[in-house]
Parts: sequence; C-alpha cells; structure tokens
Amino acid sequence: MTDVRIVAEETARASYGRLLAWLTARTRDVAAAEDALADAFRAALEHWPRDGAPASPEAWLLTTARRKLIDQARRSKTRVDASPALAMAAEEAEAALEDEKEFPDERLKLLFVCAHPAIDPPIRTPLMLQTVLALDAERIASAFLIAPTTMAQRLVRAKRKIRDAGIPFETPAIEEYPTRLGDVLNAIYAAFTAGWDFADGADARCPGLTREAIYLARLTTAMAPDEAEALGLVALLLHAEARRNARIVDGKYVALTDQNPALWDKDLIREAEHALAHAWSLKSVGRFQVEAAIQSAHAASRLSDHDTRDDIVLLYAQLNELAPSIGSMVGHAAALAAADRAEEGLHLLDSIEEARVVRYQAYWAVRAHILSLVGSEDAACDAYQRAIGLCEDDASREFLYAKMRALEAQH
Amino acid sequence: MKYLFLLYTDEDRFDDRTPEEKSKVVGAYMAYSEALKKAGVRLAGEPLSHSKAGKRVRSGSVEDGPFADGKEQLGGYFLIEAANLDDALDWAARCPAAAEGHVEVRPLWDVGG
Repeated sequence: MTDVRIVAEETARASYGRLLAWLTARTRDVAAAEDALADAFRAALEHWPRDGAPASPEAWLLTTARRKLIDQARRSKTRVDASPALAMAAEEAEAALEDEKEFPDERLKLLFVCAHPAIDPPIRTPLMLQTVLALDAERIASAFLIAPTTMAQRLVRAKRKIRDAGIPFETPAIEEYPTRLGDVLNAIYAAFTAGWDFADGADARCPGLTREAIYLARLTTAMAPDEAEALGLVALLLHAEARRNARIVDGKYVALTDQNPALWDKDLIREAEHALAHAWSLKSVGRFQVEAAIQSAHAASRLSDHDTRDDIVLLYAQLNELAPSIGSMVGHAAALAAADRAEEGLHLLDSIEEARVVRYQAYWAVRAHILSLVGSEDAACDAYQRAIGLCEDDASREFLYAKMRALEAQH
Repeated sequence: MKYLFLLYTDEDRFDDRTPEEKSKVVGAYMAYSEALKKAGVRLAGEPLSHSKAGKRVRSGSVEDGPFADGKEQLGGYFLIEAANLDDALDWAARCPAAAEGHVEVRPLWDVGG
C-alpha cells in the first residue's frame, strides 16, 4: 500500500503539471481538467494496490483522466464538446508514452495562459502555483496573506475566464512574445516575493515561495533556453536561495553584510553565475538580469573581497531606468549609503511621496540607517520605530530594535 | 469598511518576562499603533488588563476571571478603517500579536443609518 502511495505521490509531483497542461491544452477548461486529474489520482490509489502500479503511471493517469473528461463533456451541455479531439489526441499521447517516447511537455503554454493579459495580474501567480505545482488554495492564500475562501473564489473565477474567453493555449506570436514572456516572469517573481520585502535594501528577509518560484523559473529556461530575462530571473532567485541558511541564524535576522559566506550554498551561486553569464551573452538587458547582477556583485564582494559598492550603485541606477519601483529606489538609496554617499541616498528617499510608503517597511529601515549615518539620531530613531511598527515577524523586529538601541546608546 | 482586530496572546508568558523584554514588547505594540495612525487607518485601540481582573455576567450570575479558555486570552484590540479585507489582513499580519499569538479579524456589522 505504502509503495503504491509513493509511486502515486512521485508521479503527482513530477507529472501533475505536465498532465494538467496536456489536458487543458485540449479542453481549455482548467477546472474540468483538474477535477478529472484528481479523480484519476483517486482511482490510482484505489486500483494500484490491488492490481499493482502500472508500467507507465503517467499513461494510466492520462487515460483515466481523459475518460473522465469525455464523460463530463458528454454530461454537460454547457461545455464545449472537445471529446472527439480529445480522444484522438489522447491516443497519440498514450501511444507515445507506451513507446517510452517523450511525453509532450506543454507547461510553458500553461504558464502563458495563466499570465495572459486577460487574467488579472494578482491572480496570475496563484494560478501558476495551482496548475503547475498543484499547490492548494489554502497554502497559496497564506503565502499571499489572503483569506482562503477569497483565494479559492478568485481562482475559480480566473479558470472560468480562461474557459469562457477561450484564451488560446499556444505559444504567443513572435511580435508579442517578449511582452508575454515578461508577464510570465513577473508572475513567477511575485511568487518569490510573496510575503516578504527587502530589509537593508539589498537582501531578502524571509523567502516566501522561493523554491516554487525557482522551479517555475527553471522550467521556463528549460523550455525557452535562450531568453535572457528568464535566465536573469533564475540567477536572481538562486542567489537569494543560496543565502537562505545565512540569513536567519538562531532565529535572528542577519543583514547581508554581516552574513557568514561559509553558510552560502556555493553550488547554487555557481549555477546562478552560469545562468547570468549566459544571459549577458544574449545581449538583451532587462530588469531581472540587472537585479541578478546586483546580487552577484554582493556575493563577489564577500567571496573575493572586491569592493563592488560603486558597481552596485551603477546597477541600481540602471534598474531605476529599466523598471522604476519603490523597491528599486530604496535599494538604490541603500547602495548610495554603502558607497559613502549617504546624503544622496537621503535625497533620493525624500523624493518618494510618503503616501506610497506608509506600509513599506524597507523604506523606513533604510531611511533610519541613512539618517544615523548623516548624524540625525533622533530622526533615525523615529524611522526605526516606523519600521518596527510595520514588521511582520519577530526576527526583523529584533534586528531593527537592536540597531535602534545601539544608536541610542551612542549618544 | 471598519474591522476590529481582537488580539489573543499568552498573558502569563508576558508576566514572566524581564522588564527589558516587557518594554520591548510594549514598544513593538506602540510602534505598530503609531504605524496605523500614520497611515490614517487607526480608529481606536487599547490593551486590556489581565483576564484575572475580568468578570463574566450571564443570566444573573457573576463569574471571576481568568476564564479557562485555553492558553491565549483576549489581551487588546484595534479598530481600523481599511479599503477591503485584503488590506485589513495585511495590517493584521503586522500586529505583534500575530507573531506572539493570533489576531482575529472581524468586519463590523454595517447596520446602516
């Protein structure tokens, strides 16, 4: 029983997204394909212990799910009857599977559907996480701090839209490809930033769905190997992930400049550098490559003792031209401060309207740091208070509190 | 929309803290309260004294606190004005009680008029 469960679970993890992409490509109905696939997995847990696991679990699941879909389509008059096309295509795919040929991987198309311009941007990432990685609505809801019922409703609505609007399940035409791929990458990036923002202007506090985001980003580069921005995103995510064990030590947040590089994952850093080098060689600069280059420069300064502070300032300036955001401006200000240009950093922060940062913790943390550098201790303490009031976890609260106390002790 | 945050924490654990730790916790709540105020969303908010000072009145009988309702007791509240539930949850997550215990988020019942 347990063995069969393991086969089912492994197949689920490795193939869920591929099977769902394949089924959705032929029906345009994500929800129906999900239901059919869930039924197929349930049936597997019932049949496999009795009859033994099939030689090709994927083919078995596909056949079962396909039958369920055809049944469903026949029963429901409101759905487009895709059954003839489905039956034919399924035979092809099943034949391919039995010949142990590659099962067509259409997950990139599924990502394009999830990030289609007709789908509201905030729901694109949850859709990807659910369709490709089979994450449940509750887990996604928690990562994005949304009520679970609300998240479930939004997902249902988005899937209905895909079906009713007939969003095509295809690779976008060449002229719109860069924009559409950009939408996919932005949605993957949003999974990475879910639930956290930058402290100290340069490093990630506690990663949200980093591993899931890395999976999706790697999937994108596997299927579109020469897309510079996709490679840039992979490099960015891997640099952040490489520092996971150095970022929180004994429950305490450690700023990038104080991290112990021995705790960094060197394999991930190597992979990140490799992806970034490949990206640069394609000569099509974009925000993710620049962000990855910033993280690369941070890593280099610690690993090879190069002073990269001026490079980081230049990269942030470039990032602010390519994709200006409050985050990039705050990062730029922190980089200026690190390069002994605190006054300029403060000036940059002052240029941001306060209404835009009433909830942005990193702004106040960086502002406090810069104010302490220019000798405005009282204002710095006020800014630390502001930052502490916006924290979501005790590790960053502690971190900022310690900095504030150190500043108070100085004068 | 108005939302009431009900803050539940382990009040006995607070009593066991050192004065330094206590001032840190109080400071975190003050900083949070201030952040709500600066963002213009805070309508009200107050800490409650220990539940052993509380009483329960029910059908003519009176009961002394503390009440055996589990480890986390109601220890304070905030009333905020937020555009929608997503916004309210974002603020609730930043409340120190969300890390220490839990925060119940309740939309106020709009009775109209």
